[in-house]
Amino acid sequence: MNFELSEEQQMLVDSISKFLNNDYDFDTRRKIAATELGYSADNWRMFAELGWLSVPYAEESGGFGGSAVDLMLMMEAFGKALITEPFIPTVILGGRLVEVLGSAEQKQSLLAAVIQGELQMALAYEERGSRGNPACIATQAQAVGDDYVLSGEKVMVLNGHAADKLLVTARTSGSLVEREGVSLFVIDADADGVDITGYSTMEGGRAANVVLNGVKVAAAQRLGVEGQALAAVETVLDEATIAIGSEAVGAMEVLYKTTVEYCKTRKQFGMPIGKFQVLQHRMVDMFMAHELTQSTMYMAGLRNLEGGDVARKAASALKVQVGKAGRYIGQQAVQLHGGMGMTDELNVGYYFKRLTAIDALLGNTDYHLTRYGAIA
Amino acid sequence: MDLSVKPEYRQFREEVREFLNQALTDDIRAAGRLGTSVFHDKERAMAWQKILHAKGWVAPHWPVAYGGTGWDVVQRSIFAEESLQADAPMLIPMGLQMCGPCIIGCGTQEQKDYYLPRILSGEDFWCQGYSEPGAGSDLAALQTSAVSDGDDYIVNGAKIWTTYAHYANKIFCLVRTDKECKPQQGITFLLMDMDAPGVTVEPIIGLDGVREQNTVYFDNVRVPKKNRIGEENQGWTVAKFLLTFERGGQEYAPGLYQYLRHIKVAAEQEGDGFGGRLADDPHFMRRVSEVEIQISALEFTENRIKAALGSGQSPGAVASMTKIVGTELSQKLTELAIEAVGVAGLPLQLDALEPGTGATPIGPEYALTAMPRYLNTRATTIYGGSNEIQRGIIAKMVLGL
Repeated sequence: MNFELSEEQQMLVDSISKFLNNDYDFDTRRKIAATELGYSADNWRMFAELGWLSVPYAEESGGFGGSAVDLMLMMEAFGKALITEPFIPTVILGGRLVEVLGSAEQKQSLLAAVIQGELQMALAYEERGSRGNPACIATQAQAVGDDYVLSGEKVMVLNGHAADKLLVTARTSGSLVEREGVSLFVIDADADGVDITGYSTMEGGRAANVVLNGVKVAAAQRLGVEGQALAAVETVLDEATIAIGSEAVGAMEVLYKTTVEYCKTRKQFGMPIGKFQVLQHRMVDMFMAHELTQSTMYMAGLRNLEGGDVARKAASALKVQVGKAGRYIGQQAVQLHGGMGMTDELNVGYYFKRLTAIDALLGNTDYHLTRYGAIA
Repeated sequence: MDLSVKPEYRQFREEVREFLNQALTDDIRAAGRLGTSVFHDKERAMAWQKILHAKGWVAPHWPVAYGGTGWDVVQRSIFAEESLQADAPMLIPMGLQMCGPCIIGCGTQEQKDYYLPRILSGEDFWCQGYSEPGAGSDLAALQTSAVSDGDDYIVNGAKIWTTYAHYANKIFCLVRTDKECKPQQGITFLLMDMDAPGVTVEPIIGLDGVREQNTVYFDNVRVPKKNRIGEENQGWTVAKFLLTFERGGQEYAPGLYQYLRHIKVAAEQEGDGFGGRLADDPHFMRRVSEVEIQISALEFTENRIKAALGSGQSPGAVASMTKIVGTELSQKLTELAIEAVGVAGLPLQLDALEPGTGATPIGPEYALTAMPRYLNTRATTIYGGSNEIQRGIIAKMVLGL
């Protein structure tokens, strides 16, 4: 067993850290998040030039040939700066599903554009009440001749406000939570009958609800076999779970360290509040929560390489650990910063809110605990 | 970064497994299976120590020159895991884990030559004299005094929580040799005979109804100065050597997984009170999953520590947290276990817990050990530096508070 980074991994992490240190301080991030787009198109182009957008794809797909472990390392670094660029929606949820399920033509037309930074994507899979379960789908895809007609509503579509192409899950057969009958389609965001309502999320992200009003879709827009898309969607959602969990680990590290530094300088009763034992023990618990979550992240990243139930279980374990540790570290960081922790002025609140959002996204702690128990 | 296991480790695991299978008798395994604390049945643990000693495997963590095996950190961990799986009793740690390393680190050649072989063979049975009635978490406040008298010290005072003192022929003690300086600076590390005139042992009965611990009184006990380890007033340094020696050495996850498997077995066999099995009760099984996820977080933390030690690096800050996390998880697990067995955990069955009595347990074996383990495990967050003390150490040493 070995936890050392390869030379390539070290270079990747170093280049990301360098960019974030030089060009992504908190004020910059705040300005980027306040734009209409919510992320920087210039940064996105630069990510493409640096090759970051190609990391998870196989070399034959034109990618870097990276694994979940590489994604994990990248996202942990991104999480430290709370970047708003849509890496998970476009590169993982979008691009990876195209790579796993798409035909040679679909890969050629879509993946190259993602890697070059010219195509924004989003996966519309979550529905009202589905709680992150990708099998829980009411949206219908009715076969009409060689085509399909899609009707239904998707919620919290990450990057849905900016995506050029949407990947949409819909039922071609089966009842609400059946595994069979889930199909995946790629549609243009501006296609007839697609009604996108974009919004800001509470932590500075962007997403959209998408209503499909009898959207006509050609058979060539289907990815993979009709009714058999669920396994691939789950596989890619697990990769995204590891990615967002790793982002959370990065955010947790900044948050607990920021809190420790604050408590060393903030004085009350004539001494730094970090001298009080009750606060010290709280911060030790924050430190341990971060370390344990980082260990779980390594577990999930490395076990993802094994595939199968082992990989699925590990991804859910990570999401549970991230949910609990994120709540703890986030809430304690606000508490220990006192009144200042409640303000928009400090970055503490943004990390707290991002960790809160991460728990809700891609299936929350309760959902993944149930899923974990159900996997043999 | 990868989880691959080198083929030579697989081979080593096979070798260990084979040895354990043929060397462990049913009678010795019973001590491992029925053990409800860190300290397993004395007779069988010592019998196992003799077998391991004959094989040369009794002190894997000691330097080879003193009788160690030369195994690396991964091999040691494989041996510990396999021993656990095979229900081998845990070796009694006071000599092998505690006193031995202090002698190795700070003893004279003569002391090493005399004491170390006797520790390995089990000829000497050691107990530990650190805590006192007035010095628990604040160990440096200890008052047991050793006053110089020619070639001897005269020792007076009392030590408490002295596990298995009633079996021991030797005790290693921290005693005060100087009252005028800072508390840590006036302490000396002494080795004493339990049958010396003036030593008396009083039992302490634990929550589980068992005599594991004692109070040891010293009334003008004469101890030769040649029994001192290290210099006079340097005992704190000797005692701390033990901590650095042990650092990263103890793994909790394998034992926790083992116990979790027992709980799952219990849940398969116990009813849920509504006609089904406890294993079908989603509320209970969710809690099992939660603990399992926490154990895997600790497992990978321990893996990171092992990987660092294996490549000659310092494991860093994470090594300081495994005691806190491991012991707190062991308490959660034993709590789940008593909830799983319900009222079957309530009968007091001290005889059935003792291997070799032939007493038939009331109810299944997993129910027999559940409550004593729950009770005994409360101690894990108190001993070895309470978890509050451990948090204080991390706050200071790691967070710089």
